[in-house]
Amino acid sequence: MRPFLSIRNLSVALKNGGLILRNVSLDVAVGKVHGLVGESGAGKSMIGKSVLGTLPRALQITGGEIWLDGVDLLSIPPAQRRKRIGATAALIPQDPLTALNPTRRIGPQITRRLVDILGWTKADAQARALELLEEVQIADPARVMRNYPHELSGGMRQRILIASAFAAKPKLIIADEPTTALDVTVQKQILRLIADMQARHGSALLFVTHDLGVVSKVCDALSVLYAGKVVEDAQMRRFFCRPVHPYSRALLAATPTYTNPTGSLMPVPQSVIDAVEREVVQHDRRWRA
Amino acid sequence: MALLRSFLMRLISTAITLFGVAVIVFVVIRVVPGNPIAMMLPPGATDADIARLQAQYGFDKSIFQQFLIWLGDVVQGDFGTSISLRQPVSELVLNRLPATLELSIMALTIAVLLGGAMALLGTRYRGTKAEGAVDIGAGMALSIPDFLWGLVLILLFGVLWPIFNISGRISPALNIDFSTNFYLFEAILRLRFDVIGDLLGHMLMPALALAIPLAAIIAQLLKQSLKETMHLDYVTLARTRGYSEHSVIIHEALPNAVLPTLTLVGVQFTFLIGGTVIIERLFSYEGLGNMAIDAVINRDLPLIQGIVILFALLFTLVNLVVDMLYVVLNPRLRHA
Repeated sequence: MRPFLSIRNLSVALKNGGLILRNVSLDVAVGKVHGLVGESGAGKSMIGKSVLGTLPRALQITGGEIWLDGVDLLSIPPAQRRKRIGATAALIPQDPLTALNPTRRIGPQITRRLVDILGWTKADAQARALELLEEVQIADPARVMRNYPHELSGGMRQRILIASAFAAKPKLIIADEPTTALDVTVQKQILRLIADMQARHGSALLFVTHDLGVVSKVCDALSVLYAGKVVEDAQMRRFFCRPVHPYSRALLAATPTYTNPTGSLMPVPQSVIDAVEREVVQHDRRWRA
Repeated sequence: MALLRSFLMRLISTAITLFGVAVIVFVVIRVVPGNPIAMMLPPGATDADIARLQAQYGFDKSIFQQFLIWLGDVVQGDFGTSISLRQPVSELVLNRLPATLELSIMALTIAVLLGGAMALLGTRYRGTKAEGAVDIGAGMALSIPDFLWGLVLILLFGVLWPIFNISGRISPALNIDFSTNFYLFEAILRLRFDVIGDLLGHMLMPALALAIPLAAIIAQLLKQSLKETMHLDYVTLARTRGYSEHSVIIHEALPNAVLPTLTLVGVQFTFLIGGTVIIERLFSYEGLGNMAIDAVINRDLPLIQGIVILFALLFTLVNLVVDMLYVVLNPRLRHA
């Protein structure tokens, strides 16, 4: 099956030259969940931002292709790109506390863009919002639609953002650390909810996280990132049974386990980091040549 | 209930403020050198004449006694009689108030539109030369005080390219028989376009002089808070939903970014009202400020007191309006 999102050799650099992403390639098929893992600063969020066109101003895409539904986003004009992304993809953000406009009621925040951008009627948008809020298990959706964000809890807000992401029936969802900002007790529910919603709507899901445990629960495949470079790209089962790259192995070993709660945590060994760094340096040399 | 309470508290604090202002003004204008009686009498007046006049105006009593008498009258709505103009202070002041209000509100409107436009422009084209131009423009506008802007404007649009009137509020030749002194307001209601044109011809320059520094402050502050808001997640989210950058700025970022600016505009607007004193003088605009300067020159103590009290009342009113607007615009402060 043709992947819905296909990133080919994507490179992103600071405007003053430093590389953030190094020749990243990955595919996400419709109905599949692809995990993106790596340490903080590995550039995993930047992949999602490149796709959605929300890279910080100091960064720019220096090479590669981003194919979304058969169109290379980087080859079409920016205004058209925005429209395309708006119609086919959606973001579940990291921090539900800052991702809703504090001056607006919840209802319009879900429905307005369906009307403005996608040309739905108000009644359709309203009905869709109610239906989705029910799907994400919000009690009394009609009342919540009239609430302001500050009147709702973090977990509620994340549910609303998930509902809002699925509202326009997007074929690609990008979830950028969607549980990091939440209480541990809420994290699990939200994670299950995202997985359920993805399965029900059959969209492609790019799941950015630093938590391998999360990946093992929801993903079909994953890419491991280090210093903006994909060091391993694997199907889920194969990855957890036989990780190929030494960094992946070290990362797996570093995950705390329930079976041995008193065991000391395993850091990624310096020798592995040195080896990966060497790979990165080699890559950069080739890239500059 | 809570609303009524806060309103009452507000009323009490306003009363205390006004009382404080009254005390300070009353004492200061009597302690500084200069004597209204001396201004009224011809040279060579006898001591008996002076004593008689002083008794007539109550200046022979102690300051404390004078204050009590004045306060007693004020409570009954009597602000005394102007020494130089020989008319009731309340009448004089209320006749002039509309002129100053119209000028201040016009200036505020211009400042908000101009400053807002600059901030939006600088945000839309941030990181480009346009943003630099906005920054430099705002810096320049801010570093020149309003009365100097007045002189610059007179030179430009009154002398070199005389499209505006450089003095007065309305052409004396114009036939108006309005029932209030809110000329502009009434002319708009009566659709008297000739009067509107003439009033604007007089008013725009002083209003602009007052507005330019305030516009610069609004531009700088609003642009800064827009910049911070533009980094928030919900703005990014709006971008991924297919909205254009203009739409994102105006519909998502602006409603939030406006809040800190609003507080400052309230404070600055009171400064602007204070600025009308000099600007009205500069443009011979017949408002309160102009009258205040005459009152000070003539040592017209009752008139000075009346004008200052009215200014203080205006300031507290402006603050009240700002606080109310803040609640209206910020749902986080509204109680269900």
